Amino acid sequence: MTADLVSDTSDQAVVPQQPAASRRRLSRSTMVAAVPLGLVLAWVLFLARGTSAGSAVDEPGEFVTTLLDGLTSAGLYFVVASGFTLIFGLMRTVNMAHGSLFLLSAYIAIELQQRMVGKSRNIVADDVDMLSWVLPLLAGAAVAAVVGVVMNQVFLRWNQGQELRQALITLAISVILADQLLARAGGLAQSMVWPADVTHFIEIFGQRYATSRLFILGIAVVVGAALWLWLNRTRMGIVIRAGVADQSMVRALGINIGIVFAVTFFVGAFLAGIGGVMVASFAGVATGADGQWLLHSLVVVIIGGLGSIRGAVAGSLLYGLVTAFAPVYLPSDYTFYSIILTFVLLALVLAVRPYGLFGRPE
Amino acid sequence: MKPTRVSTRTAVVIVATVALAALPVVGTEFFVNFVVTRTLILGLAASTIVFLSSYVGMVSLAQFLLAGIAGFTIGNCVAESGKGLKLGLDPWLAVLIAIAVTTTVALVLGALGSRATGIYFLMLTLTYAVIGYYVFGQVTSISGFGGITGVNPPGFFDMHPVRLYYAALVVSLAAYLGFRAVRRTPFGLTLEGIRDDPIRMSALGFNVPLHRTLAFGLAGLVAGLAGIVNIWWNGQIDPNSVNISATLDLLIIAVIGGISHLEGAWLGAFVYVVANNYLRSLPLVDRIGITEARFNTVVGVVVLIIVVASPNGLMGLITGATDRVRLATSRTPVPNTTMPTTTPTTNTTPTTNTTEGSR
Repeated sequence: MTADLVSDTSDQAVVPQQPAASRRRLSRSTMVAAVPLGLVLAWVLFLARGTSAGSAVDEPGEFVTTLLDGLTSAGLYFVVASGFTLIFGLMRTVNMAHGSLFLLSAYIAIELQQRMVGKSRNIVADDVDMLSWVLPLLAGAAVAAVVGVVMNQVFLRWNQGQELRQALITLAISVILADQLLARAGGLAQSMVWPADVTHFIEIFGQRYATSRLFILGIAVVVGAALWLWLNRTRMGIVIRAGVADQSMVRALGINIGIVFAVTFFVGAFLAGIGGVMVASFAGVATGADGQWLLHSLVVVIIGGLGSIRGAVAGSLLYGLVTAFAPVYLPSDYTFYSIILTFVLLALVLAVRPYGLFGRPE
Repeated sequence: MKPTRVSTRTAVVIVATVALAALPVVGTEFFVNFVVTRTLILGLAASTIVFLSSYVGMVSLAQFLLAGIAGFTIGNCVAESGKGLKLGLDPWLAVLIAIAVTTTVALVLGALGSRATGIYFLMLTLTYAVIGYYVFGQVTSISGFGGITGVNPPGFFDMHPVRLYYAALVVSLAAYLGFRAVRRTPFGLTLEGIRDDPIRMSALGFNVPLHRTLAFGLAGLVAGLAGIVNIWWNGQIDPNSVNISATLDLLIIAVIGGISHLEGAWLGAFVYVVANNYLRSLPLVDRIGITEARFNTVVGVVVLIIVVASPNGLMGLITGATDRVRLATSRTPVPNTTMPTTTPTTNTTPTTNTTEGSR
């Protein structure tokens, strides 16, 4: 959010003709975006008769549940990717270990939940009260956050600005963490159990829909709102936004940017941790989930623009909707091509805006 | 100073080439056909990362995917049964198709990413790599997660692993010399200009995205060659061979060797393959918990140490050491010592150690 504002004003300051140019670019990009969007809408609403879902006019229930699926996936993507993009936005550090922090938090939360419930297997929702879900969530995320801060203080702090070197350092850490987690937790998928309060079903247009998914959406909205408030309404948030805009100026004003960096890294890794526990409850996690969720974060920030929270919202919405709609609204024989649509989405965005929807050039 | 440095480098390359050419005579079968052949293939693929990084300033993680695309194309064209398209074509025709397909894909992907730079390009190519993995996994008409098995190399290489070794050596050498030659062409100079200052190059009238795309296409072509030799060597390919960890391993190889030195690609590959093959047979390894299963922890720690201590990898350490030796010797007022000092430095490079260790 801050990045876009800043880039707009600086562009105007340097080149007075910029507004006209950007409007022209915008109109071209809206045109490029509008055509496929219109085609997709027409397909989903009226034409998709041969698909497993059926067209939205005939099967409103399928449409609404798919939409909700897309929104809840978007919520998960947002929680994980916002941490990634927050860290990058301020420090220009691409944290390749983001997925590992995600997985670390998930495993710790699972372990803690098992201890709290007192069973190590066959836990059902009725065993779990709200406390034995929320406490592991916070504990797992806190551990991930502390590991993230230590990583920043020990390995990343002294080579600030060397993006590739930092990416390689975090990559090496992610390789080590992934291997150690595999050694400790084994290769089998494990999962958290939702508290009983959120495992009901509601009726939507004749379709049963799990409230746990709506719970995910709720958490994502709360996280997004908290992040917005933190960045826009607190002193620390103001400093962070100033740091995104001009790091050396913030230093020159006598602010200890090292502490700001540490706090940002803490929050970014904490968000990865929250995401990890949510995914562990939703679908379970296993070895390889770290790479997978690093990828999800990358796709979101590439679409939305690196370093922009608003971009993370837009990117996760687009990505979540595409991954939800593609498998059910493609003709039945072609559903396995749905992954290609993700790529088409990326290609479209990059063709129009190489730095993502809300990104700014380096 | 400059001429002696180049001649040292060339001398090392010549010595290494001769030693590698003579290796099948003296080395054990396992060492030649598994360790060194794999080193050459991985080194070839990693050299494209080094080329893009050091000439154009783009760190690409899609190179292993491109090698995999060549491999899958060969598999689809050649295999007569099992998964895939089962075209049953002539293996040499398949090579031409694979090169064409890989280069085309590389040009398209390069064009998409041609306006992204730096860390953004790294992330974009990582995304390519992972999406490519899922494409090969999910689109069952070209592979599926099981992959394509029973891909025979052309008759000339079938059951002749030493010939395949020489093929890998020749392609590696050609790629190495080719990449070095590119640097002296106007195209290569333009690429270096773009690496250093894209805005100025653009102001001078160079089409920066086009040059980036072409460089990515060239690297894709070479990565495709690596993929072709690889599938002949393996006889099969599946999506897991292009998954995220394989992709990152290739970057790790380039980093271990030194991401700004072409030779480093093969050096890093050698270290990686040797560690992968021999780590478990080291004494005391079991005591400290580094069994074969924890190989990745060792690799991670090694990479961490290298990136923290020497960003230019092993090649950076070597060139730094030789520079210091040269500096020290140049201070001594004895004339005509160039020959005696260069000879020891060539001996200290691991490229020659490689061949010594093989005996």
